[in-house]
Amino acid sequence: MSGHSYQGKKNIPKITSDRLLVKGGRIVNDDQSFYADIYMEDGVIKQIGDNLIVPGGIKTVEANGKMVIPGGIDIHTHFQMPYRGTTTVDDFSQGSKAALAGGTTMIVDHVIPEPGNSLIEAFDQWRSWADEKTCCDYSLHVDITHWNDSVKQEVDTLLKEKGVNSFQVYMAYKDFYQMSNSELYEIFTFLGEMGGIVQVHAENGEIIAEEQARILEMGITGPEGHVLSRPEELEAEAVFRAITIASQTNCPLYVTRVMSKSAADIISQARKKGNVVFGEPITASLGTDGTHYWSKNWAKAASFVTSPPLSPDPTTPDYLNTLLASGDLNVTGSAHCTFSVAQKAIGKDDFTQIPEGVNGVEERMSLIWDKAVTTGKMDENMFVAVTSTNAAKILNLYPRKGRVAVGSDADLVIWDSDAVRTITAKTHNSAAEFNVFEGMELRGAPSVVICQGKLVLEDGNLHAISGVGRFIPCTPFPDFAYKRIKARKQLAVLRAVPRGMYDGPVSDFSPMSRGGTPSASARTSPTKQPVRNLHHSAFSLAGPPTTEDLPIRPAGRRIVIPPGGRSNITSLS
Amino acid sequence: MPLMCFYSSQIKFRLFSQSDRLLIKCGKIVNDDQSFFADIYIEDGVIKQIGENLIVPGGVKIIDAHGRMVMPGGIDVHTRFQMPDRGMVSADDFYQGTRAALAGGTTMIVDHVVPEPGVSLVAAFNQWREWADSKSCCDYSLHVDITNWHKGMQEEMESLVKDHGVNSFLVYLAYKDVFQLSDSQMYEVFNVIRNLGAIAQVHAENGDIIAEEQRKILELGITGPEGHVLSRPEEVEAEAVNRSVTVANQTNCPLYITKVMSKSAADVIALARKKGAVVYGEPISASLGTDGTHYWSKNWAKAAAFVTSPPLSPDPTTPDYLNSLLSCGDLQVTGSAHCTFHTSQRAVGKDNFTLIPEGTNGTEERLSLIWDKCVVTGKMDENQFVAVTSTNAAKIFNLYPRKGRIAVGSDADLVLWDPDVSKIISAKSHNLAVEYNIFEGTEVRGAPLVVVSQGKIVLEEGNLHTTEGCGRYVSRKPFPDHVYRRIKARSRLTELSGVPRGLYDGPVCENVTPKVMTPVTSVKTSPAKLQQQQQQQAPQPVRNLHQSGFSLSGAQVDDNIPRRNTQRIAAPPGGRSNITSLG
Repeated sequence: MSGHSYQGKKNIPKITSDRLLVKGGRIVNDDQSFYADIYMEDGVIKQIGDNLIVPGGIKTVEANGKMVIPGGIDIHTHFQMPYRGTTTVDDFSQGSKAALAGGTTMIVDHVIPEPGNSLIEAFDQWRSWADEKTCCDYSLHVDITHWNDSVKQEVDTLLKEKGVNSFQVYMAYKDFYQMSNSELYEIFTFLGEMGGIVQVHAENGEIIAEEQARILEMGITGPEGHVLSRPEELEAEAVFRAITIASQTNCPLYVTRVMSKSAADIISQARKKGNVVFGEPITASLGTDGTHYWSKNWAKAASFVTSPPLSPDPTTPDYLNTLLASGDLNVTGSAHCTFSVAQKAIGKDDFTQIPEGVNGVEERMSLIWDKAVTTGKMDENMFVAVTSTNAAKILNLYPRKGRVAVGSDADLVIWDSDAVRTITAKTHNSAAEFNVFEGMELRGAPSVVICQGKLVLEDGNLHAISGVGRFIPCTPFPDFAYKRIKARKQLAVLRAVPRGMYDGPVSDFSPMSRGGTPSASARTSPTKQPVRNLHHSAFSLAGPPTTEDLPIRPAGRRIVIPPGGRSNITSLS
Repeated sequence: MPLMCFYSSQIKFRLFSQSDRLLIKCGKIVNDDQSFFADIYIEDGVIKQIGENLIVPGGVKIIDAHGRMVMPGGIDVHTRFQMPDRGMVSADDFYQGTRAALAGGTTMIVDHVVPEPGVSLVAAFNQWREWADSKSCCDYSLHVDITNWHKGMQEEMESLVKDHGVNSFLVYLAYKDVFQLSDSQMYEVFNVIRNLGAIAQVHAENGDIIAEEQRKILELGITGPEGHVLSRPEEVEAEAVNRSVTVANQTNCPLYITKVMSKSAADVIALARKKGAVVYGEPISASLGTDGTHYWSKNWAKAAAFVTSPPLSPDPTTPDYLNSLLSCGDLQVTGSAHCTFHTSQRAVGKDNFTLIPEGTNGTEERLSLIWDKCVVTGKMDENQFVAVTSTNAAKIFNLYPRKGRIAVGSDADLVLWDPDVSKIISAKSHNLAVEYNIFEGTEVRGAPLVVVSQGKIVLEEGNLHTTEGCGRYVSRKPFPDHVYRRIKARSRLTELSGVPRGLYDGPVCENVTPKVMTPVTSVKTSPAKLQQQQQQQAPQPVRNLHQSGFSLSGAQVDDNIPRRNTQRIAAPPGGRSNITSLG
C-alpha cells in the first residue's frame, strides 16, 4: 500500500519571494468590482487597498487596470483516472498545469473506488497520486460505486475526518456503478443528515443498456451509437428522478455534467419549485455539441465520447450559457478526462467500449468568457461566481477560495479580456491528440496567474511545480446549501392523527400480500409491521393537539389549506 | 327485416312491449363533435335510424325526450369490480358494480384483470370473463395487468390480443416486490405492446421510494390512513409519470396513465403532450371530485375509505385543476377506478396503513360529478363532456364508433340527461354495497333521467331494471387508429443507420481489462443481476473483418442522418460539412 506516502509530503524549499504586490488592478468578486492593490505574503492575501505600505524589494506585478479575479475552481476533473488497466493521459501534473494555464488555480478531482473496494483506501490512493504531482491546490469528491453498511461507515469517516463533503452516485452504468432507487434514497437520507452534498451522474442506465443492445444489433458500432443510445430524454428523466428523491429526503442535490437542454430545464423548474439543487454544465456542453459524433474521422468522433453525451442539438451550448447566466445553473467544471486515440480505439468495433471523457480544464474560463461575457449574457461578477465563487461556497471553502479578500488564499488571475487565441491540440497543455474545441477562436484569457501567492503564468510562460498542490479539506454542512435544508428539517416533522382505536369488525384475510405469491413476504417483512403495543393508545401524553400541532408536511409538498384547519372534515361524521 | 306495418311517428301513446324496439323522440343528440335535434329508433340493441319523422313499426315503446339531451352512454374505462385482494374480494361485484354504473349513466365498463404474479395471463383473463359474464348488467371489456415479467409472457399477450380481444395492458411502477416492474422490464413490455398494437397503461408511482417512506413513517409511529398519503407524496407520482413517458418515447409506444391524482402528475402529462408524446391521462371520479384532506379525519373508518393509490392529493385545489385540464384536452379520459371495500375489510390495516386495501368508489357518481364540476361551471360544453366521459375512451380502446357515439349502426347505449336535476350523494342512497361514499354530502347538478343499455331501458323514473348476466364481453382490436396512426408514422422515421467509415487502423491500447472488472455482483446483490451481467458480457459482437462499414448503396450525403422523433435536431449533423469532413 502506498497509503503512507502522502503523509510524508516532501518539503518545498521556502522561496524568498513569497511576497507579491499586484498594482493597479480592478478587483472583481462575485458581488462587486473595484480598483485596489493587493499585497500577499506566504500565499495569503494580507492587504487590499490603495497606497499600501509594503516591505521594500518585493516583486510587483502591474495589472494596468486589468481585472484581477479569484482563480478559477474546476469542480470536476478526472486526472490520472484508472480505466480498465490503463490511465487517462493527463495525470495530476499535466492536468493541473493545463488548469493553471487556463486560469484555474484549484481543481476538485473524483475518487472512483472500484465497486467492492474500500472508499478510504481509494481516497488515500488518490491523495498520494495528487500530493505527488499536483501543481495547484485540490480537493476530492468520492464516488460511491456500491452501497452497504460498511460503505456507509466509510462515508461517515470521510466526512468527519478526511475532509470530503461531496459524494457522487451513478444512475447509469448498469450492473457496474449504478444505484437502485432504494439505494439512492438511503444514500441521500444519510448524506442529508451528515451534511454532505450528493452529486449524481444522471442518466437512466437501464434504458441505456436496452438501447445499446438494440443499436449494436442494428449494426451501428461507431461513436454515433454512443449518442443514439443515450438520448437526452434519459438524462432528463434521471435528473427528474434524482430531484424527486432529494426532495423526499431533504438532501441538497448537485447534478454533475448537465449536457442537454431538457436536463437543464428540469433543474431550473425544480429550482423554481424550491428544491435545493445545483447544476453543473461542463466546458464541453457549454462550448460544443454532439454533431461531431457523426464525423467520418473515427478518432475525432471518438474523442467526443463522454456521458451523458454532447447533445446533437447545436443550439444546446447557447441555451446552457444562458441558463448559467440567469443563475438556473450554478457552477462549471470541465469533467476533464482525456484518453489517447489508442485508448479510445479499445472501442473501435463497439462504441460501448470506448473510454469516456473529454478535455476542458484549460479552456473552461476562456470559453465561458467568450460565450457568456463577450456576448453580454453575464457580467464579470457573474463570471467569477460561476467559475469560482459558487463552487467554493458549495464545497464550504468560501471565502478562503473563490474571493479576493484579506485572509483569502492568494489564488488570483489577471484577466485580459481582449486577448484572442485559437484552441488547438497543437498548442494545448493536455497530452491528448484531439481537442474537442479544435479551431475555436476564444476572446479572453489569463495574462498572469498567481497560485499559492506565486507567479505561475507570466508573459505566456508557465512555471508550474509538480507536487506543491495542497489537499484542501472540505467540511460538512456548507451554509450555501444547508441553511435552507436545516430550516426545512424543522418543518418536516410528521405527526399521526390521534384517534381512538378502531374497534369494529375486521375481515379475515390471508396474511399474504396482494396476489398471494411468495414474493409477498418482502412486503410484509418484520420491519414493516411494527408490533403494536396494545397498552398504548394513539393519544399522545401532551393531550389533544391544537391546530398548530397538526401534521406539518415536508417542505416539498404544496398544501394550501392544512387539513387540520377544516373542522367539517376532521370531525367525526 | 320484420318491419311489417308502419305507423306515423305522431303516435303518442306508450306501449309496454317486451320488444327490443325503442323510439326516442324529440331529443337533442349530443355527440363529441356536435349537437342536433332528432329522433332515434333502436332495434335489437342497435341504432337503426336517426332523423325526423322516422317511419317505425307500430307498437314500439316511445320515450319523449322533450328536447333534453340524449348522449352516448358513459364508458367507465377503469373499474375493479370483484377484485381479489389477499383472500378478500372487493365489496362491489360485477352485478352490484355494473348496476351502480348504469344508475349513474355509464353503459359500459372496462375492468382490470389482475393476475397473481406467476399465474397465466390467459387463465386469469378467463377467470374474470367467467365472473363478469355471469353477473355483469352492461357491456364490458377487460384490460389485463402485467404483474410480473419474463419473456415467455410475450406469447400470452399475443394470444390475448389476437384471440381474446384485449388491446391494453397495465404495468405497475409501484408495489415493490409484488407487482412492480423495473425500468428495463417496462422497456421490454412496451416494446412488446407496441409490436402488438396495444396500449401501455401505467400505474405511475415510484415504488422504491414509497417502500422507504412507508418504513420511515411507520417508524415514526404513524400507523393511520394519513400515513398512506404521507408515504406517497405527489412528487413520487409525477416522477413515475415522467419516467414512463421517457420509456414510452424511447420505445415509440402509446402510453396511458391511469389514475391521475395530482397536479404535478397532470402537469408532466400536459408537458409531454406539448412535446409530442403520444400519452393519455385518466383522472378518476375521486381525483376530480374530492381531495386528500380526509385522510386526517378523526374517524378512522372514514379516513380509510379514501385510501387509494396514488392517493388523493391533500391540496384541495387539485380537483378544480384536474377538471380544467380535462376541459382543455390535456387530460382525455375519465374512469372511476371503482374498487370498494367494507370497513371491516379496510380494518385489516387498522394498525398499519400499508395493509389497508386500496380503492375508492366512483362509478355511479362519475358522470354527474364531471357535469357538475365542468359543464355547470362553464369549463367545458356538453360535447366535450361526451368526449371525456365516453367518446375518447371508445377511440383510444378501438370501440369507436360502435360505442361512444350516437350514429346509425352504433350500439344502443344511450342516456337521456337532465342537466337541471340536483341531488346529494350519500351512502344512504347509493347503489353500492359499502358503508362510506367518499363524495358523501356533495351536491351535484345533472343526472341521467333515462338510461338505455343494449337497446333496453334500464333506468326510468328513478327505477333500475337491470338483468344480471346480460352484459356482453366486447372485444377490442389492436392498432386503434386514434392512437396508432401517429405511432406508425413515427416508426417509419426512427430507422437509424451508422456512419460509413473506413476501419480504424491506428494503434489500439493493449492490456485492457474487461469492462466489468471486479466481482461486484456479490456485493451488489442478487444472482439475478449476476446473470444479467454475464449475459451482458457475452454479446460483444464479433466483427467480421471482411466487411467494411460502407453500405452497398454507397455513401449518400444525407443517408446517414440519424434522426429520431424524440430528438430535437435543428441542423442535421450530416449537413455541416466542416464538421463531418475528415480531420
